[in-house]
Amino acid sequence: MLVINCPFCGPRDEREFDYGGLAKAPRSKVERVASNSEWTAYLLHPGDQGRIADEYWWHARGCGEWVRVRRDTTTHRIEQSEVESDR
Amino acid sequence: MSVHRLNQGGCIDRKQPLQFDFDGRSYSGFQGDTLASALLGAGVRLTARSFKYHRPRGIVSSGVEEPSSYVHLRKGRESGSEPVTRVELVDGLSARSVRGWPSASFDVAAAVQFLSPLIPASFYYKTFMWPGWRLYEPAIRNMAGLAPAPIDVATDDCFEARDRHCDVLVIGGGPAGLSAALVAARAGLDVLVVDQEPMVGGALLARNLHIESAPASHWLDTVVAELTGFSRVEVLTGTVAWAHREHNLVMLAENKRSPGVSMQRIWRVRAQQVVLATGANERLLVFANNDRPGIMLASAIQAYAIRYAVRAGRRAVLFTTNDSVYQCARDLHDVGIETAAIIDVRDTVPPVVQALVPGVKVMAAHEVYNTNGGREISGVLVRPVKGGPTTRIGCDLLGLSGGWNPAIQLWSQARLPTRYCRRLATLVPEGTSSKVAVAGACNGRMALREVISDGLQAGLEAARRCGQEPDAMSCPECESDSYTIEPYWHSGNDLRADKAFVDLLHDVTLRDIHLAISEGFAEIEHVKRYTTAGMALDQGRTGNLNVAGAVAMRRDMEVAAIGTTTFRPPTVPVRFGGLGQFDGLKILPYRTTPVTPWHRNHNAVMYEAGARWRRPGYYPQAGESMQGCINREARAVRNGLGIYDGAPLGTFEIQGRDASRFLDLVYTNVFSTLHTGQGRYGLMLTDDGLILDDGVSFCLGRNRFLMSTSTANAGLVRRHMKRLLAVDYPELEVRITDVTSVWMNATLCGPLARSALERIGTDIDISPEAFPFMGIRHGIVAGFEARVARVSFTGELSFEINVRARHLAELWEHIFEVCREFDITPIGSETSHVLRVEKGFLSLGHEVDGTVDAFDLGMGWAMASGKPDFIGKRAVSIRRSGGRCRRELVGLWTEDPARVDIEGAPLVESRDSKRSVGHVTASVWSVVQERAIALALLENGRQRHDEVILIRDGSGLLKSRVTAPCFHDPKGKLLRS
Repeated sequence: MLVINCPFCGPRDEREFDYGGLAKAPRSKVERVASNSEWTAYLLHPGDQGRIADEYWWHARGCGEWVRVRRDTTTHRIEQSEVESDR
Repeated sequence: MSVHRLNQGGCIDRKQPLQFDFDGRSYSGFQGDTLASALLGAGVRLTARSFKYHRPRGIVSSGVEEPSSYVHLRKGRESGSEPVTRVELVDGLSARSVRGWPSASFDVAAAVQFLSPLIPASFYYKTFMWPGWRLYEPAIRNMAGLAPAPIDVATDDCFEARDRHCDVLVIGGGPAGLSAALVAARAGLDVLVVDQEPMVGGALLARNLHIESAPASHWLDTVVAELTGFSRVEVLTGTVAWAHREHNLVMLAENKRSPGVSMQRIWRVRAQQVVLATGANERLLVFANNDRPGIMLASAIQAYAIRYAVRAGRRAVLFTTNDSVYQCARDLHDVGIETAAIIDVRDTVPPVVQALVPGVKVMAAHEVYNTNGGREISGVLVRPVKGGPTTRIGCDLLGLSGGWNPAIQLWSQARLPTRYCRRLATLVPEGTSSKVAVAGACNGRMALREVISDGLQAGLEAARRCGQEPDAMSCPECESDSYTIEPYWHSGNDLRADKAFVDLLHDVTLRDIHLAISEGFAEIEHVKRYTTAGMALDQGRTGNLNVAGAVAMRRDMEVAAIGTTTFRPPTVPVRFGGLGQFDGLKILPYRTTPVTPWHRNHNAVMYEAGARWRRPGYYPQAGESMQGCINREARAVRNGLGIYDGAPLGTFEIQGRDASRFLDLVYTNVFSTLHTGQGRYGLMLTDDGLILDDGVSFCLGRNRFLMSTSTANAGLVRRHMKRLLAVDYPELEVRITDVTSVWMNATLCGPLARSALERIGTDIDISPEAFPFMGIRHGIVAGFEARVARVSFTGELSFEINVRARHLAELWEHIFEVCREFDITPIGSETSHVLRVEKGFLSLGHEVDGTVDAFDLGMGWAMASGKPDFIGKRAVSIRRSGGRCRRELVGLWTEDPARVDIEGAPLVESRDSKRSVGHVTASVWSVVQERAIALALLENGRQRHDEVILIRDGSGLLKSRVTAPCFHDPKGKLLRS
């Protein structure tokens, strides 16, 4: 159970969040230029999780905002958590 | 009093005798006993049968490391395999040994030990492969004597769960832990101390130690008194920390037992700093027949004598590799247990420890290589380690000390490294962590002074990391004790005939380890899995290192190079009852609508409607069957007036410059053309082309929309839309507000709905011309501000009256008061299901199952081909371009007009066809058709109207005619009326 620092609410228990998968390029940037097979891959392949993973978490039982989290998956250390639009 | 029980000393209350029974016989013990100490105090030595061979076994340890005696608790305490050493004695306790039938002492299956040469490591894997393990498992389970699952589920125990935060969590209430806690407490921090025993003190309780020239108990009393004086310090005894998880989340299991009450409470503790002061466990020694009753850990004999005032035997032999047994022998002498000899594998025994036991025969450079005995030990066979003449020494007790292993389970669970320490011949924590400190014996500090000073240091460090600067405390003077050890893994004799156990609890012998290596399972993790050594309930605390040592010797390697297996939670068995308290209800309670009390008063059967909403399923009247009730409710809607509590419906207000653009993106159809006051039904897909939800959205004004979603999917829809805005289209200026709990509706449905709304009273013009289907109007209804929408999920004329949540109950009561003459009938979700099936309206979870798309459902009209893009558009077209045959929505007329129980049944082409060509998605009794109707997904279904298809119904087949998926008002005249 992680403690995730929500930029709006502060540090909160993982139970308040839903996992949203690894971060990937925004749909709006990909859809226009992708071939059918590229688009299929974009939708279906979750991507490779390296040691340091950029992932989305949804603060479902909190403010309802999406948070982007950079996490070391070997130690669970969270290096960064921020709102996408602030990047 | 029994001859085994001392007349004085120990932490027991002789004034409080307790009765208990074990394997059907009655005994007595005292308040403060564990079941183990009470059994030893009553002179019971044979307390268990071994796992595979049913060999007689006794109590080996005095704590969590117990590798031998497990019991099944009964009489309202139903609980599976509990180590006798951890069962606190209470009056009336009833326990049965887990293995051995009818009792451990007289065990029918004991004969199996004579077959033991036939049962080597992995015997079960090799033998019971064909035709399938599951056929053998029940018998083997019974034979192995794993505790049966409780038959009487109702245990009298109560369970609870709690969350807790603290600055410093100290795990272990021995000298190191208490010292650390004291430093942190004096710094004003919020400190939680946990100890697995019913009282703190740790090793101080189990040995005669001195601090500041006084018995250690004085120091202990002083520290505990000071600690309990702090308001921010909490001490939990009888509490074991069983998991260390991410970000310093520690799971605790607190056991509280008092007469008549037994409770387990699971804690989730989030600590800024964790101090591990979990101490060390003594390990066993490996030689032939090292498992007879009467063979114990030396420290356990000492603990029973000092803490429980129990003499586990009269004449002991102690076999050791290290210094700790000398103090043990001194303590045993004080309670009247004779030490016949100390067998020490080391060439030279340090004079300082030898001086502790004047008059005791010490045999240096010797080993015990075998034992005699039947139902208990009667003697040991001793010889020089390097070979030579053998000696037999008679005894009724053999104390073993293979050395001390720091209890690094939690350290290791925290993913912190360990290393093999040559000096201590064991694994010790290595490195540092900014969140977890380790202190005392767990940190490889074996002398009392070192333990306390290490604890003080750890407390200081933890307090500093919490931002405090506490005063350093000086370490008290302690009696000097030393600890040296020589690595020694097993005796050197030929072990072909006799069993030398490395893992008592799973009956793994040295020979099994050698077999595993010779069969190619030589790596330590393989050895573990092939032999199951270390995989039992005790997690191999007394044996794992001996396994590593044995592997190292066999493979001629350094122990340090062998590595260690992974420690996993839980460190001790945890009962499901406590874990079960962490169900979702704690953080996601059920949601009810403001009308719920009314529903209950009107006999509603409440259903879970998804997203944790509870709403009425149906409202049975006296003497009415469920089907009769649903038919009555459905007829009311079709012929008169029904009312439906639609409060749980998901509703969102969507506002902003780009609101209509956004709706065009998330819905398959076009919303940007809507005028104010107008709504449209929309389909929402995920980007992989599957249907996420459907619902109606209304235009409330410029850049302002009201979206409704299904009850169950409201959360998912919100998540989906918020993600699109946050991640994929941050440039869109749209704000989403969840108004599900702000606006709540009561829906009038049926041909009389308009007359009823007139009677209820509104300033809105509700004539069909002024207020057409799919319109929304703002006005006053029954005196309340309201948004009235003309949508219909029933196929009849409907008005959805949305008011502020706080007004809904009052509106509801008012409606019933003024609509009595319309014979207004409340309807539940069962009826609403029937009505929507009659109309062929889709339902998520029935027709929409994660494989179908809009075209399959006959809703291709909703897929706006003119829009360049919407979520899911491209995936649908890619999927359909494959040209594969699709399952399409159809209606079914079953040949038997009464069958309504076929939901989910597969469709087949012919009697012999095994291939399913579809399935029934919904099956109900239709009140308009006066017969059963069904909806189904069928391959190429739309081309097959009027054909006959077979429904496979168990072993039989049910003929059925394919039709259009609509059984009522196909033109939709009624709902537009």
